[in-house]
Amino acid sequence: MDFIKQPWPWYVAGPLIGLVVPALLLLGNKTFGISASLRHICAACIPASISFFKYDWKKESWNLFFAAGIILGGFIATYLLSNPGPVGINPDMIATLKHQGVKDFSGMLPQDIFNFGQLLTLRGFVFIIVGGFLVGFGTRYAGGCTSGHAIMGISSLQWPSLVATCCFMIGGFVMTWFILPYLLQL
Amino acid sequence: MVYFTLFTSTVMRNIKYLIVGILFGIVLVKSQVVSWFRIQEMFRLQAFHMYGVIGSAIVVGMISVLLIKRFQIKTINQEAVVITDKKFHWGNVYGGLIFGLGWAITGACPGPLFAQIGSGFLVIIITLLSAIAGTWVYGLLRDKLPH
Repeated sequence: MDFIKQPWPWYVAGPLIGLVVPALLLLGNKTFGISASLRHICAACIPASISFFKYDWKKESWNLFFAAGIILGGFIATYLLSNPGPVGINPDMIATLKHQGVKDFSGMLPQDIFNFGQLLTLRGFVFIIVGGFLVGFGTRYAGGCTSGHAIMGISSLQWPSLVATCCFMIGGFVMTWFILPYLLQL
Repeated sequence: MVYFTLFTSTVMRNIKYLIVGILFGIVLVKSQVVSWFRIQEMFRLQAFHMYGVIGSAIVVGMISVLLIKRFQIKTINQEAVVITDKKFHWGNVYGGLIFGLGWAITGACPGPLFAQIGSGFLVIIITLLSAIAGTWVYGLLRDKLPH
């Protein structure tokens, strides 16, 4: 039980995530992917006669159950299977981020940025709303996210997924190294 | 009553995906993949953790797919496993870059967004709604965007 309550190392977590690929294939010919759930939510709630959202989303409802499961899993892991405490991150990065304006290192997210009060500030708006918009717009434009392209796509040797994954990383590096320091100062 | 029966049958058919989702969500949180700081470490090249997680997930996924194909393993309903090929389009590049920019800001791709909400970070519901809005705007502009 003590092992379960500790943070899990990459060589335990990575293979377990990899096993989601055959699990979904063998349970019902489903390909691993999460960002599609955002499309199904659009198709179910706000299709607005847009052709991209005119399809039978109910046939894809497994994906919504999968997403709901992730929420539940997050709840179980945090409240039943964890010892509370900060994430054991690189001290050099803490120093850099402190310098750039992050103050709270006590949890999974910097809660001085990600909280409801911050929504009314420019910085909070950028991190909480603009960031989310880019994730939703970008993943659908790219045709998948980290799970659909990086893990499922590359696992099944789809070269467009490798291209997409490289672009995810390039976008992330550009943001982190060249833009984020300014956004943190907002 | 009819609706209730329909609802129950949908739930029963999909409960296995809910369970896989729960297990996946637990792993995401326990390995701290849902942490904004872990994503920052990855993009700042200050830790191997995320590269190890994603890399070993790909290796295990790849071996699994190879085994399924090699031994023609069937699904639990005795169907052949089908993986449709992805066709390249320039959206893979433009959309990929846009997602990358967002990923480094939010510190979360779509899976971790759901897990963070379950972990009690309720403000991430706003991020998720915004991601849904982003997907919707993509659908709206799709014909005008280069692919």
